[in-house]
Amino acid sequence: MSERPLPAITPETRHFWDGTQTGELRLQKCAACNHVYFPPRPFCPKCASQDVRVFRASGRATLHSYVIHHRPVPGFVPPYSIAVVELEEGPRMMTNIVEIEQTPEALQLDMQLEVVFQRISEEISLPLFRPLGPSSTSSGRGK
Amino acid sequence: MKPGSIAIVGAAETTGLGVIPDMSQIQLHADCALNALRDAGLKPSDIDGLACAGEIPTNVAHYLGIVPTWVDGTAVGGCSFMLHARHAVAAISAGLCKTVLITHGESGRSRIGAQPRSILPASLQGQFEAPFGIYGPPTMFTIPVLRYLKTYGVTQEQLAMVAVVQREWAARNPRAMMKDPITVADVLNSKMIAYPFRLLMCCLVTDGGGALILTSAERAKDFPQKPVYILGTGESVETPMISQMADFTSSRAFRVAGKTAFDSAGIRHSDVDHLMIYDAFAHLPLYGLEDLGFVGRGEAAAFFGARHTAPGGKLPLNTNGGGLSYTHTGMYGMFALQESVRQVRGTASAQVKDVQVAVCHGVGGMFAASGTVVMADRQP
Repeated sequence: MSERPLPAITPETRHFWDGTQTGELRLQKCAACNHVYFPPRPFCPKCASQDVRVFRASGRATLHSYVIHHRPVPGFVPPYSIAVVELEEGPRMMTNIVEIEQTPEALQLDMQLEVVFQRISEEISLPLFRPLGPSSTSSGRGK
Repeated sequence: MKPGSIAIVGAAETTGLGVIPDMSQIQLHADCALNALRDAGLKPSDIDGLACAGEIPTNVAHYLGIVPTWVDGTAVGGCSFMLHARHAVAAISAGLCKTVLITHGESGRSRIGAQPRSILPASLQGQFEAPFGIYGPPTMFTIPVLRYLKTYGVTQEQLAMVAVVQREWAARNPRAMMKDPITVADVLNSKMIAYPFRLLMCCLVTDGGGALILTSAERAKDFPQKPVYILGTGESVETPMISQMADFTSSRAFRVAGKTAFDSAGIRHSDVDHLMIYDAFAHLPLYGLEDLGFVGRGEAAAFFGARHTAPGGKLPLNTNGGGLSYTHTGMYGMFALQESVRQVRGTASAQVKDVQVAVCHGVGGMFAASGTVVMADRQP
């Protein structure tokens, strides 16, 4: 379905990729110190507690930083953004910003975003982000 | 470790530099190693400690005919050699070996005998970065910069100035690959690679290598070259994923490695006569100047603009022309170290007057690792 490099799911990341398949962006939260973190691991990277919970994130984020790549890459049509977004819950993740012109003028740092999921294989749906629309400000949940 | 108890007594780059289609990667290690041994008046049989990256120590030891009692294959990217120097200081001081050879050789451009570059799909980077179209350092190392520019109100013109100033140094180095003067407009009109990064803000891709030989300060006095004493060192790592770098305006690994090196050397910033900061891209000297504490947060671009790092400036920086204009094989840190050694010896092409203390600061991966080495022309 896509020439994008496919993630190979590992036991510790299975919940994340199961989530994106069903339209959920999942993070982990430490029950001992309340730290919310990403990428997945079965213990808290802040306090090392193994009492951690998986939960569904809001799917809302802001644009933290990005580049617009202008060189050819298999599976991508340049120019395309490679971005890091800051999730409402705190952690940051890499993604692409979609449904918006791939220009510096359109892509403003700190703009509000929401997650959308793009299925790229039987097993993998990627979390991408698009501008938070006026219609989605009240519901706002990553579908 | 007592500052100045270990010294660099041999240093050399590969005979050729830039485009070397007639040498494989392992031969690049050997070529610079043989040059460094000649520089120090030694034979491979005199070496009992070996450190290298790119090739594992087994490969280099076998190829050169070295029988080591100590090896270090630390491979954390382009600053691995700063870490090797730090580890060698510890190993020699602890009596694990007497004479250490550190080698770098990389066929970065011709890619002869070089390992393929790939990201493991099951790694965290393979799962959470690779699917979004990262494709080599220009798509990763560059990502934090828009945040830096916005936070401190720094312009792309100021970023371009880094490349302009370093080209001025390169013009004074016959071995530099790019020597023609450039302007800010040239940089901003060069090919767009990954906005906001243009071609001339990105490092070169070359073939080459370099080697260092270290021994105790007591033995160093018997070698043909003027010893370059190691006053202090530092190292750290942060994250293999650029997206997980804690602060996009500052490198934790830079701060930890830099402070450790300065503290162990017992130096202040005002003691530093010459500085190298690994410049894979134009923003790295800005982060380096701030994270090492030479200037305050957000002040590095203005410092560059005021020509303080340029020829004739008060803090000569990247005097070989750097990874942007001198050479960049992939793991450039060795070339930064070579230039520091030349400056302390007094043999550099763009020699700075009376260099007593030199700081050499490296990065590995995309702000993933860091190593810092403080050198001096005398024991404290």
